[in-house]
Amino acid sequence: MLRLLSISSKSISNSLRKSSSISSYSFTHLETHLCNPTSSPISSNPSGSPPNQFNSINPAKTPDGYSFSHRFDRNFSSFSSKIGFCKVSSSGYWLNCANLRTCERNGSAVLRVQGSVSGMRSFSSESDRESMEYDVVIVGAGPAGLSAAIRLKQMCIEKGVDLSVCVVEKGAEVGAHILSGNVFEPRALDELLPQWKQEEAPISVPVSSDKFWFLTKKRAFSLPCPFDNKGNYVISLSQLVRWMGTKAEELGVEIYPGFAASEILYDAKDTVIGIATNDMGVAKDGSKKEIFQRGVELKGRIMLLAEGCRGSISEKVMKKYNLREKRHAQHQTYALGIKEVWEIEEDKHNPGSVIHTLGWPLDQKTYGGSFLYHLQDRQIAIGLVVALNYQNPFLNPYEEFQKLKHHPAIKPLLEGGSVLQYGARTLNEGGFQSIPYPVFPGGAIIGCSAGFLNVPKIKGTHTAMKSGMLAAEATFGVLQEGLNLETYWDALQNSWIWEELYRARNYRPAFEHGLIPGLAISGLEHYILKGRSPFTLKHGKPDHEATKVARLCSPIQYPKPDGVLSFDVPTSLHRSNTNHEHDQPAHLRLRDPKIPEQVNSPDYAGPESRYCPARVYEYNPDEKSQLKLQINAQNCLHCKACDIKDPKQNIEWTVPEGGGGPGYSVM
Amino acid sequence: MKIMVAVKRVIDYAVKIRVKPDKTGVETQNVKMSMNPFCEIALEEALRIKEAGMASEVVAVSMGPAQCVDTLRTGLAMGADRAIHVDATGPLYPLSVAKLFKALVELEKPGLLILGKQAIDDDCNQTGQMVAGLLGWPQGTFASKVVLDKEKQLATVDREVDGGLETLCMDLPAVITTDLRLNQPRYATLPNIMKAKSKVIKKYTPQELNVEIKSDLEVLQVTEPPKRKAGVIVSSVDELIDKLKNEAHVI
Repeated sequence: MLRLLSISSKSISNSLRKSSSISSYSFTHLETHLCNPTSSPISSNPSGSPPNQFNSINPAKTPDGYSFSHRFDRNFSSFSSKIGFCKVSSSGYWLNCANLRTCERNGSAVLRVQGSVSGMRSFSSESDRESMEYDVVIVGAGPAGLSAAIRLKQMCIEKGVDLSVCVVEKGAEVGAHILSGNVFEPRALDELLPQWKQEEAPISVPVSSDKFWFLTKKRAFSLPCPFDNKGNYVISLSQLVRWMGTKAEELGVEIYPGFAASEILYDAKDTVIGIATNDMGVAKDGSKKEIFQRGVELKGRIMLLAEGCRGSISEKVMKKYNLREKRHAQHQTYALGIKEVWEIEEDKHNPGSVIHTLGWPLDQKTYGGSFLYHLQDRQIAIGLVVALNYQNPFLNPYEEFQKLKHHPAIKPLLEGGSVLQYGARTLNEGGFQSIPYPVFPGGAIIGCSAGFLNVPKIKGTHTAMKSGMLAAEATFGVLQEGLNLETYWDALQNSWIWEELYRARNYRPAFEHGLIPGLAISGLEHYILKGRSPFTLKHGKPDHEATKVARLCSPIQYPKPDGVLSFDVPTSLHRSNTNHEHDQPAHLRLRDPKIPEQVNSPDYAGPESRYCPARVYEYNPDEKSQLKLQINAQNCLHCKACDIKDPKQNIEWTVPEGGGGPGYSVM
Repeated sequence: MKIMVAVKRVIDYAVKIRVKPDKTGVETQNVKMSMNPFCEIALEEALRIKEAGMASEVVAVSMGPAQCVDTLRTGLAMGADRAIHVDATGPLYPLSVAKLFKALVELEKPGLLILGKQAIDDDCNQTGQMVAGLLGWPQGTFASKVVLDKEKQLATVDREVDGGLETLCMDLPAVITTDLRLNQPRYATLPNIMKAKSKVIKKYTPQELNVEIKSDLEVLQVTEPPKRKAGVIVSSVDELIDKLKNEAHVI
């Protein structure tokens, strides 16, 4: 039996609420309408207090004296009548944000934290959103998010219960924002879906050869291969995630692509209770277009954040709850990966061939390397990964990648071929030292948002999936048995993720001192100490602090693209199928709009115009010949490099209207 | 009055098109598909007419393989009341589609049939006109404004033509095909997407509708257009004239 008590309240901003009598009914969502507060049924209020009590001039009376409202939204996922939302905040959701503006109101009001810094949109209308409630809301339909969703539903079937699981994804479809090398270790998938082969997962090319080259400008030297890829497969992660999405939907998970989680919802006790999606149909100047649609609130008893590397919501949560400090973790370090998928000539194609390179075109002080994997159907994946703690602000990772393709060892392979897709994404390289405490009040962080990538193996998919599965198991324990979500943290530390990342912890920090010391220490770790080293090396400066000022570095001259092997950014961008609704506010926000012209441009020669793989940032001279920053937000590939590398951390990547961004299908 | 809207599942407009290596067509495997933008505009117009109180029901129709159901669900999420899927594998050319629509119109008896002016994959711009011809209905194509008069049962349509705008007045039932400037389609909201999952989609086959979809056309080959050649910078006007005369043969 569902009851709703709605109490009309009047707030300063005149957002009036519809009052309705108490009755036993369930309804799909609550809508806010303008109404006359005096028409509220005083007599039906069980606590007997007149509704004017909620007037902001009378804040003394706490809502605890009133029956709270249970907001039971119908669960659309399954028609088993599980009531989604059992946790009730004593203040009731009616007494929420409208009262925020009255600061005298005590903490029992629901707080909303604006995800954006723009300040263009006022607080006035945040209380009129539709709200939907689930047991678990997962942000991000990637390997981690979908693994968690699938595992939850599997456990429901095992134990004969049902939980409503919703996955919200900012890409236009599942897999649209997924980019990875990818040499896949099926360890986690074997645990999650052991029948993946019979169920026709797009995993069909086993690794057939593994090579490791050191490149100089003209030559390639074969080095002993430090990787052991036996039993692994060369795949397109975008395809795999797409397949996992269909598996999840078969199990009853609700997946909503095209909806971007932009705001975190908190309750009175500062617990995360949900997210809100973006308003759609806002014009560039902030005004509402004819087709304006208010965002929707998705509330979950447990929230799982699976946004991938440098997830916008995850970063906010980590900062708010000091999750890194809690575990004395170091900062996260990152790299930018730029990738193309080519279709090459039949006789040059060798399915399962895996090549990694080190050295040229990057110098001794810049960590990074390239990869070249042969997939099926004459396709190859080729890319360059550049660590973002590079020092020279004139470095342009995109152009370095174009240079790489002209190397005599790589060029013959690509000749006669054509590019199918292009894309870029940052990845974490912090490893063990940078893992934050992943549990926060109301949920947990899984996958690359926390950072489980194994850097020497260059694999993060299997650990991301396993972390999703562990979080799902912990979540199930919380929801069904009343356990604590801390069990996720314990499970992580007892799992093979921990053991694997612990053994891999020193490889990347070893390169702090340069390529040769890095190789030496890595060799020591790999061949002699075999992961039993007594020391743990630390990361150097955070990536954005590592950039030297421009006057101390020399500009790099990059060759012009030849249109056959190397291309200019607009051509490549076209191949990423990137699109955003052009008439929307720019999703890349400058915390201080003066800094680009006062700091980035004069001191660092505008590094964002160089590291952005989509040419979002351009410095153009204006009438007074001053360089002005122009932000072409429509080009954005959602790689997050700018959020990471901006020297003053002035650029904030926020999420644009859902459905925008790249359209990867074979990446 | 019932409004029937035609929606087509096409490759998303933002996707870079690739011709299949065997040149039989365009690569559609693993490619993002969505509702044809002109069909979105058509559906939006139908919804606005319904919201203005001049129609009782909006029925979305799509023809093609099983995946068309996804497009219909999007249409239902935007606000269509019912959907019909005509299950047909193999290529469907405009005349076949028009014949199928004639059959459906005779079944459903809508007062208005709205289609997009053309699909972005084949750019035919034929289906709407053909249906009108088969049904003997008036047609207002390239509509940039539609105004209905319920009592007099007529539609006034502003058409975008080469010379400017042409205003037509037609009796209902009629066929309208939509152009870009007619409206801006609404977003499908999350709650509506959820509700759409439970709405009914009726399925027909061409056999059930007694329509022969064998086509008189056959695609022999699809090739990419020739690559643009690089421009040449000339050093003098004389050189330019010489090139135009002797190389490009245009003067």
